[in-house]
Amino acid sequence: MALSSKTKAVLLGPLNKNNPVIVQVLGICSALAVTSKLEPSIVMAVAVVLVTAFANVIISLLRKSIPNRIRIIVQLVVVASLVTIVSEVLKAFAYDVNKQLSVFVGLIVTNCILMGRLEAFALGNGPWPSFLDGIGNGLGYGWILVVVGFFRELLGSGTLLGYQVIPQVLYDAGYQNNGLMMLAPMAILLVACIIWVHRSRNKELQEETN
Amino acid sequence: MEAISLIVRSIFVDNMIFAYFLGMCSFLAVSKNVKTALGLGIAVTFVLVLTLPINYMLENYVLKAGALQWLGEEYAGVDLSVFSLIVFIAIIASFVQLVEMVIERFSPSLYNSLGIFLPLIAVNCSILGGSLFMQQREFANVGMATAYGFGSGIGWLLAIVGLAAIREKLEYSHVPRPLKGLGITFIITALMAIGFMSFSGIDI
Repeated sequence: MALSSKTKAVLLGPLNKNNPVIVQVLGICSALAVTSKLEPSIVMAVAVVLVTAFANVIISLLRKSIPNRIRIIVQLVVVASLVTIVSEVLKAFAYDVNKQLSVFVGLIVTNCILMGRLEAFALGNGPWPSFLDGIGNGLGYGWILVVVGFFRELLGSGTLLGYQVIPQVLYDAGYQNNGLMMLAPMAILLVACIIWVHRSRNKELQEETN
Repeated sequence: MEAISLIVRSIFVDNMIFAYFLGMCSFLAVSKNVKTALGLGIAVTFVLVLTLPINYMLENYVLKAGALQWLGEEYAGVDLSVFSLIVFIAIIASFVQLVEMVIERFSPSLYNSLGIFLPLIAVNCSILGGSLFMQQREFANVGMATAYGFGSGIGWLLAIVGLAAIREKLEYSHVPRPLKGLGITFIITALMAIGFMSFSGIDI
């Protein structure tokens, strides 16, 4: 199916110029806490893509019948039900990862990306564009998570997805894992580096003041 | 005594922002000056202190496996914990709306200074996070849960006021252009978090 230029913008914009994490500053909370290993990062990214896409579709279908005053509660209930489903599925099929993610699966409910997209997009657009918007924003969030998780696991424990990547020869020669990478603050520093690179490439995103 | 050590621990060791990164979104967005940061911090603490005991009661008398035993023996096997997320967030959202209405009715001046931040609190991760951690840690009684809420709130307040103060001072520094604004704020937060990690070995 060929995508029109508008749908393409809806789907691909959030991956780069309109990225939810590094440009719109949404959903940072969970982005940082789960990225010490690659595997939970990927699981989290997939979970967020699914929840964002389907929450967008549901709210978009309901948008004409939700009274304006209670829309936030309605949105939260829809999102919370979806997250509950995701978390039960994870408990059933990926128990170890679910343990590692601990409360952060539940915290997808308060992920600002969701509320932001529901408010800004799903309430004013049809189900199909909303679905694409959800997928796009979920992926935009996901790739940041995966990149941060990749570097933290590679530098912090020398493994990727649990497999040893850095050869033993290097360890024998005196190479050591950087334990600092496993600590939470390094996730923030890595995101700052991503922002740095991203904004030096996209000059129009640079801010004037500190 | 136990409650005091829990408060101290949740302020410094298990700081919501620097140890778990909860509530980062508003933390980054509303830290441009100390005054608004303080307002938001107080509002967050307030909501945490109010919602945690309510959610604690719900968790222990309604949601947990076997929690409905007080209704009668036949309910002993009921496990409603699947619904905990929905119940928690509903409590928090309605509570935030309630607090908003009460403040609007009785103190319009406070409402105006907090106005925009109040509805934002409903989706502040640190509030729901507080409830979820409360569920995970299985506190002994309501008092402990309230103490945990208070400590977490104060920890959050300290962090956001600290960041706001640094950002006010930073206004005239020369930051590399691509790092201006968001980037440098991230780096400062990371450095503050590393600083806070010096508390992590302390066992109170």
